[in-house]
Amino acid sequence: MKHKTKQLLDNRPVKFYGHGIKHLENLAIKGKLIVLEGPDASGRSTQIELITRKLEADGHAVLNTGLRRSELVSRGILEAKRDYNLGRKTLALFYAADFADQFEYKIIPALQAGYVVLSDRYIYTPIARNVVRGLSRTWSHNLYGFAIKPDLVFYLNVDPNILIHRVFQKNSSLDFYESGADLGLSEDMFQSFLIYQKMISREFFLMQRKYGLISIDGNRNATEINKDLQKRITNFLGKHK
Amino acid sequence: MKNINQKIVTQSDIDGKLIVVEGIDGSGKSTQIHLLDKWLSYKGINVFKTEWNSSEMVKEITSKGKKKGQLTPTTFSLLHATDFADRYERHILPLLRAGYFVLADRYVFTAFARDVVRGCNPSWVRKVYNFAIKPHFTFYFRVPVDIAVDRILVGRPKLKYYEAGMDLNLSNDEYESYRIFQGRIIEQYDTMVETEGFTVIDGTLDIEEQQKMVRNKIMAILSSSKYKQMNIKQKK
Repeated sequence: MKHKTKQLLDNRPVKFYGHGIKHLENLAIKGKLIVLEGPDASGRSTQIELITRKLEADGHAVLNTGLRRSELVSRGILEAKRDYNLGRKTLALFYAADFADQFEYKIIPALQAGYVVLSDRYIYTPIARNVVRGLSRTWSHNLYGFAIKPDLVFYLNVDPNILIHRVFQKNSSLDFYESGADLGLSEDMFQSFLIYQKMISREFFLMQRKYGLISIDGNRNATEINKDLQKRITNFLGKHK
Repeated sequence: MKNINQKIVTQSDIDGKLIVVEGIDGSGKSTQIHLLDKWLSYKGINVFKTEWNSSEMVKEITSKGKKKGQLTPTTFSLLHATDFADRYERHILPLLRAGYFVLADRYVFTAFARDVVRGCNPSWVRKVYNFAIKPHFTFYFRVPVDIAVDRILVGRPKLKYYEAGMDLNLSNDEYESYRIFQGRIIEQYDTMVETEGFTVIDGTLDIEEQQKMVRNKIMAILSSSKYKQMNIKQKK
């Protein structure tokens, strides 16, 4: 049945990471889901902008999406983050709800309509953040089991020592959560940032093998990174029309 | 790098007792837990009562989505899990560890029943909630769907969208939809009676008779030696 649909309409069935969503089980999609992962200041948004421009120039319909953009809970998350009383599981579930909302209302419909969906982060960052904060790895992975497997996932791998300078160029201060300051790693924020980013990057390393993430050397400048990414994307889209 | 906090808390780490009431709307469970609360408090026991979907922080955000009628089974489930986790992390677990009697008006079984009726994968829902400890007692108030529905609809002309299960497209008539929805939830509860070790109480009996049955069960844990010691300490 699924096979037939594919032949007729050039659609393909979705693949879930875990238990999936019942009403989407027989769903067939035409579009492509491309994810860009990486820490803050790793240059994700610059790359998304450049890639979008190129894809649109090539005639693709592109949808940009990312974490913390759903209408359902966005503001709640920002408020909640300021509330340090908030438990870790609570925050983890909050993020999952936010992601699920965008997943079902933005990503899935766009893929059905044949868009190339460019996602600024996906389930991997929240999973890494949960695990680093002591939540069970199995629990965190199951939580996002309703998500579908993207076609391509790039991870911008930046050396924390280089990353911290990019952060300072951008903001001249370190973000509380992105430095893991809630974890009590060090009273020195600089030190805390380096330790935290290494912990996150270790989780990505583990996920790289499990989920087939493509590690991209993010220590290079934006033009070089873009050339690399663009080549891989063009290559992929050429092969999977 | 070593992870902190990874230790899983089990029933043996808990000095308090977790008592849960479950059942569909109109089964009379809230009345029963209210009486249980009054009784235990009267005995000088430290009691904390918690209700499903009552976290202030989550409430505001959930209702925003609810009004829009925009919740999918997955987001509905996750927002309720967020609410539960907030109450669990802030109140339920710490109070249990401190030796309180925690009375929960609905617990994870409500999610297992409702979310599955809405179409969420049963294993997924159970795994999402697998951090929650098993209650010492779960009283399930079983009432035929018509009786429960009649109790709820007396003096309540309008049902809310999600309450009536209108998102399930069971019927265009909200009362009919509500009836079917509640019936399906009962089916889910019934499958859990044995696996989750529910104590079934006939919710059609007199209120006082039901309460007597509940208290009889609780008596057993009140007289356990561990608890006696605690009780004495509190009386000082």
